[in-house]
Amino acid sequence: MNVVAASLAAAGGCAVAGAVSAVLVGRSVRAALVGLLTALSGAAAVVAGAAAANGAAWSLTAPYLLPLTGIELAVDPLSGWFLLLVGAVTAVTGVYTIGYAGRQGEGPGSRPSLFLLPLFAASLMLVPVAASVPTLLVGWELMAVTSLLLVVTEHRHAPAVRDAGVWYAALTQLGFVALLVGLLWLAAAAGGTSFAAIRAGAADVDAVTASVVFLLGLVGFAGKAGAVPLHPWLPRAHAESPSHVSALMSAAMVKLGVYGLLRLGFDLLGGGARWWWLVLAAVGAVSALYGITQAAVARDIKRMLAFSTSENVGLILLGVGFAGMYAQAGNPTAAALALGAALLHAANHSAFKALLFAGAGSVVRATGTRDMDRLGGLVRAMPATTALFAGGALAAAALPPGNGFVSEWLLLQSLLHPGPDAGAMLTIAAPIAVAVVAATAGIGVATYVKAVGTGFLARPRSDRAATARESPPSMVVAMVLAALACVALAMVPGLTVPALSRITSDLRLADPGETFAASTFALRVEAATLWPLWTVVGIVAGTAAVAVTARALGRARRRAPAWDCGGGPLTERMEYTATSFAEPLQRIFDNVLAPEQDVDVTHVDESRYHVTAIRFHQRIPDRVENRLWQPLVTALRSLGERARPLASGSVHRYLGYMLVALLAVLVVGVLP
Amino acid sequence: MTVLVALGQAVLLTVLAPHVLGITRAVRARLEGRAGHRLGQPWRDLRKLLRRSPTSPTDASLFFVAAPPVLMATSLLVAAAAPFVATTSLAGEADLIVVVGLLLLGTVALALAGLDTGTAFGGMGASREMTIAALVEPTLLLSVFALSVRVGSTDLATIVTAGATDPASVFTPASALAAAALAIATLAECGRVPVDNPSTHLELTMVHEAMVLEYSGRDLALVEWASALRLTILLGLLANLFAPWGVATQLTPAALAIGTAAFVAKVGGLAAILAAGEVFAAKLRLFRVPELLAGSFALALLAVLAAAVLG
Amino acid sequence: MGLIRRIVATGRAAQKAPKRPEPLPPARRLKRSLQIRHVDAGSCNGCEIELGQAFSPVYDAERYGARLVASPRHADAITVTGPVTVNMAEALRTTYEAMPEPRLVIGIGDCARNCGAFAGAHAVLGPVDDVVPVDLHVPGCPPEPDTIVAALRGLTGR
Repeated sequence: MNVVAASLAAAGGCAVAGAVSAVLVGRSVRAALVGLLTALSGAAAVVAGAAAANGAAWSLTAPYLLPLTGIELAVDPLSGWFLLLVGAVTAVTGVYTIGYAGRQGEGPGSRPSLFLLPLFAASLMLVPVAASVPTLLVGWELMAVTSLLLVVTEHRHAPAVRDAGVWYAALTQLGFVALLVGLLWLAAAAGGTSFAAIRAGAADVDAVTASVVFLLGLVGFAGKAGAVPLHPWLPRAHAESPSHVSALMSAAMVKLGVYGLLRLGFDLLGGGARWWWLVLAAVGAVSALYGITQAAVARDIKRMLAFSTSENVGLILLGVGFAGMYAQAGNPTAAALALGAALLHAANHSAFKALLFAGAGSVVRATGTRDMDRLGGLVRAMPATTALFAGGALAAAALPPGNGFVSEWLLLQSLLHPGPDAGAMLTIAAPIAVAVVAATAGIGVATYVKAVGTGFLARPRSDRAATARESPPSMVVAMVLAALACVALAMVPGLTVPALSRITSDLRLADPGETFAASTFALRVEAATLWPLWTVVGIVAGTAAVAVTARALGRARRRAPAWDCGGGPLTERMEYTATSFAEPLQRIFDNVLAPEQDVDVTHVDESRYHVTAIRFHQRIPDRVENRLWQPLVTALRSLGERARPLASGSVHRYLGYMLVALLAVLVVGVLP
Repeated sequence: MTVLVALGQAVLLTVLAPHVLGITRAVRARLEGRAGHRLGQPWRDLRKLLRRSPTSPTDASLFFVAAPPVLMATSLLVAAAAPFVATTSLAGEADLIVVVGLLLLGTVALALAGLDTGTAFGGMGASREMTIAALVEPTLLLSVFALSVRVGSTDLATIVTAGATDPASVFTPASALAAAALAIATLAECGRVPVDNPSTHLELTMVHEAMVLEYSGRDLALVEWASALRLTILLGLLANLFAPWGVATQLTPAALAIGTAAFVAKVGGLAAILAAGEVFAAKLRLFRVPELLAGSFALALLAVLAAAVLG
Repeated sequence: MGLIRRIVATGRAAQKAPKRPEPLPPARRLKRSLQIRHVDAGSCNGCEIELGQAFSPVYDAERYGARLVASPRHADAITVTGPVTVNMAEALRTTYEAMPEPRLVIGIGDCARNCGAFAGAHAVLGPVDDVVPVDLHVPGCPPEPDTIVAALRGLTGR
């Protein structure tokens, strides 16, 4: 029996079972059962993905499941990679949900929410295995609808949740419309809706159509991935949704946007023109810089993580863009390297982002607040969560010995060798891309030091943080699983190289065996080598050795209150907050962030020279949203207002509209 | 054999580091008309500090205790791996991206320790240090990257060997720009004037010192030693990347002896120049520092572009 | 350029080192390295000026191994000037306790020893000995920089 088929069937079955049990089972055991089934579904998807990434093939055509076109499924190494990512994140989320959704039966533990969770997971698995345009679109829309309903789980909580839902719905549907138009146009031009037919007919598609299709696909897929400027839904949706949903969205769903771009650009359209990939790389670069700048100054922990997702997606898209450019410039080795770096970064990001969102969820659940200015001191109350979150932060900051460092290393290596026939565009673009990667890495480190330092260390800054308690074991176990994935990717990333080679050769980017050489323990790129295992071992062993030696030479440690400069005991108000930590960075990037500051002075009635209270407000808005989307929303709203007379209520007028529409369709479509 | 050389290099740099600090202080003292302490004084300070008992704040956690060993260990790894005396370094560990990453890991550990103390100065030092690090790390990466473009590899040993075997290749526009950028980045990374004053007592002017106000005893010894070691490392990298003459390219005793002597001489000279520069410069206001670092970033970017375009 | 000319013209401002005084008992353990944190417990600043001069280019106490540091956690000894005022008593005590052991207290000036000119004032608690145990007194009102340097050299042993 085909491993892929069996495990996909198991995955689907578990997901459906999970959805059914959410409806049928009582609340005391609902979360545990659904979580477990979702985790099993994810595990099965991991098996399927691993098998597919290692070369197992499978396909299925079911013409009766969908009217007009049917469902077509197939796996190849590329879809296997993303299936593996999605499955792993689903497994971690499933385990996490057991504890997170709790036994109260409300919020994340409510029947609708737990019903939708396995369905969301199933739709995430459907997208990579889709082998025809309608299947992909069905999976895409299913993903959008289920995730939207999950995002607004806690809509009774705050109006911000409803706001997040509206933005998410609007931008997702915008992307969907772009995809619908683009992919169907491509299918029409190439003569068939299945991917195989489109691949075969790609030569018949003229350059203009292909470019338009790519750009529409960019809007749809990059928007789903959270690239600037299509990102406004990301910080809202991720911040307001329950944390297990945020983890699934950030670690799994946005990767499917990247998957779509790879499938469309490299596979279906066969590579295309160089400028396509330059546009993609530019989008990636802007996303990376803007995302990390916003993350650096965010004080809401989940908003920070959401913008960090935007940044990492930007880096992935940068790698994909350069892979495309190298491929078009006739440098397949560099193209394979860049694509491999992008895919590895996608995997690393899934691992550490799932870990970070799980940690953030634990913190929010324990303290009731997302505001890092009010957190702190959690290292004593929640030691496991702190340690695991710190590990995730290390990986996200792209520092050795984390796994983010390995993929960043690979990405920088790929930008080093544009090759002899690179042309002016690549020769200039590659150094600028290196600068972008380096800049985002630098600011990213500051961001995560802020998150760990102000969110978890020192003393609690509010009562809510002071009364925090460690999360239930299932949530900690989920974080440990994600952390193990991070550690594995950090120590032996060479294990992923065969799969990456297979993907790149499948996409006709390089001959198999000519990509970068790697053993399990070393990554070798031309003349440079990285020994991830030795780096990790060196740092850990070195630290232990120094600590032990120093202790042997010296005296025992004593505990004393912190030195307060003689001014009396230190209070929590004297600690640095997240906002104050990020203030120098905010000043530096003042022009980009444009913070809004407001000072309210309340004077004494009798005299304007005396003051009773001064209130200072600071808000850092999303400038892209304000400059680009708000005017659009306002324009659409005014257009809608002006078009209101069209919906007058008169049946005769509506019949008239239908007649005109029918005549127009006949004239345009049928007559010529 | 390579491992022995690496270990020897680590020991050499560790022993040399307090003396480099001593040289900077001695030169500065002479220029200021003082007698100044002897070159070995930082060693005495460290030796005495190692014997004193360390204190941890009651609210601090493992991050505070672990930061000095992490800082020292990452600095030692770089000292062992990077090509200072000989270019036959530990295979693959001397990658420039890894070196920059390790140095940054040390900075991060110290910043987290500063935040862990729960004092206002600790947080202030951490905030300022991370802001400066966020701007310096890209410059460090880019300036050495400019050299690697020409050589075709990010392995530091390869870059230094290329410079040592073909001395004329060091005198290119990209090299000059990269040298300027790396010099400014070194000042920022090591907390020297004009970015930070290492001997200030005014907390509001501190960047690095503020994070370590709470350390005492052997923690403080490790932190100060690691700071001196990082200064030696960066000066050594500056010397060997842009003036690689004398570096041992084979592992013969004669070559190693010449390499050691050349390294000590170059680093000593650079330390003296650094100290002399500090006498003539004043510390910049904190919010002027990003302008300086942005300038060095621009130089580094120009260096990479020059290397890519001009070959 | 003007600065270079001034440096060359000034040459060495530091005076020749006077005869080495007898080392005191802590010198064996300190081994020529003494880090000092200064605490002003309520002085008139006369002693501060002299202490500052002791570290200036002319007297240059740093060449004997003494150094002023920014935090009592970094210090081996605190130098205390002035009588201990009521407001500074607790701060002085906390500073003393913040130092890692073994620690020293050096009282500088007559006020530190017996409140000097401020004895009996309403804001004065008492001499330094009333608050923290003093290991070494440097007499004078204010003590000359030479006296201060000699006291420090007694501790460093150079």
